Amino acid sequence: MTKSLSIAVIDYEGGNLASAARAAARAAELSGIPAHVTITNRPDAVRAADRIILPGQGAFADCARGLSATPGLKDALLDATRAGTPFLGICVGMQLMAERGLEHGTTEGLGWISGEIAPMEAPGLRMPQMGWNELNFTRPHPLTEGLGTAPHGYFVHSYALRNTRPETLLATTDYGGPVPAMVCNGNVAGTQFHVEKSQTVGLRILANFLAWTPETPCHVHA
Amino acid sequence: MLKLRVIPCLDVKNGRVVKGVNFVELRDAGDPVEQAALYDAAGADELTFLDITASHENRDTILDVVSRTAERIFLPLTVGGGVRTTDDMRRLLLAGADKCAMNSAAVSRPELINEAARKFGSQCVVVGVDARQSSTGKWEVYTHGGRTPTGRDVIDWCQEVAERGAGEILLTSMDRDGTRSGFDLSLLKAATQAVRLPIVASGGVGELKHFVEGAEAGATGLLAASVFHFGQFTVSQVKSALAEAGLPVRPTPSPFQAKSRT
Repeated sequence: MTKSLSIAVIDYEGGNLASAARAAARAAELSGIPAHVTITNRPDAVRAADRIILPGQGAFADCARGLSATPGLKDALLDATRAGTPFLGICVGMQLMAERGLEHGTTEGLGWISGEIAPMEAPGLRMPQMGWNELNFTRPHPLTEGLGTAPHGYFVHSYALRNTRPETLLATTDYGGPVPAMVCNGNVAGTQFHVEKSQTVGLRILANFLAWTPETPCHVHA
Repeated sequence: MLKLRVIPCLDVKNGRVVKGVNFVELRDAGDPVEQAALYDAAGADELTFLDITASHENRDTILDVVSRTAERIFLPLTVGGGVRTTDDMRRLLLAGADKCAMNSAAVSRPELINEAARKFGSQCVVVGVDARQSSTGKWEVYTHGGRTPTGRDVIDWCQEVAERGAGEILLTSMDRDGTRSGFDLSLLKAATQAVRLPIVASGGVGELKHFVEGAEAGATGLLAASVFHFGQFTVSQVKSALAEAGLPVRPTPSPFQAKSRT
């Protein structure tokens, strides 16, 4: 019998946890992967998980503070990802993976991907970017397999990753120029768009994430 | 390129759809969840529930509807109607709503917008603005379903809600609502020029060309209720009309394919 995959959705008062948890459970069900999803802020549960999902909504600084507010939670996250547990950050959850955020002052991020989270300029366009935008893939990757033609993700944001190393990017989207939409470094990945709200495109990415065996571990910056 | 959003809106009262045709596909046409699932499959870009439950005792019926919807479909869901406090918002967001639309409560206490944006982030704060023309190029904000004039200028109010941290404006022309004579295009133009926020146009759609006109006037979301519920148009007909006019739309996504396992 296949072991049930344990998926930890991190609860740090940073977002729509129920939606992310429901979508992960549905992706597992649709792809026939036995799994159980827990919404948790317990460090031991994070360390023991097979997959970690970090949702996020609102401001970078608030989310970063939320992550540090539960004793031991951030350390557990660092330990688990260092040990190779696949990680997916969603929206501000992805942004937290960067070196720093510039929303409401400068705040340190997890430093798993190079670059910083800065306001988008997109002259002449509405702000925030709200709605469906096409994903342009920069290289093939197990997380982006099977998405069909012209896949779109649902975006809601006015800050975005900039000055990241090109090899970090899996996909960009066009909003007054290329905007990072999906990133990956070893076993840690993130989507700027809401996979949990991107219909079958999002469910496929989540299913890919559950089936993913990263080849290289994360290179955590100093 | 960001796509226009075609947004069917369902009026929900005591947990049931108010206007709704008996589509043959549905077991229960009055169940908002069934209707939502149908729109999800039909390529809707978002959904909006407008809760028009009057009695206080039945206010929680919408929470059950939202929660059952969020279990089944993975599409952004906005819920409006009766949102008075950040606690109301919290309950809706926890049930699975992605955005909450506040209207009368924001007019009577504008600080609610700031509080909501601070607590949950601007991305889930929608301010519903009900507008009635007062003179040429001027519109007045109304509340309580278009019954109560407030003396506020619509364009000033749109700018104020943007400054207070709203993430989106749902702009309804009370003059056009129910007339099927098209969106109030001068209202849309004035509002979309005055603020940088995305604006969802609502009120007055009766023909396919009205969607095109609304988009050309600057709206990035196009909301309609009865033309969809009564089966006059499908979402995909609307998208085809927009695409033919050279406007950006999202193709209907393909169903989930389980990967063949190797």
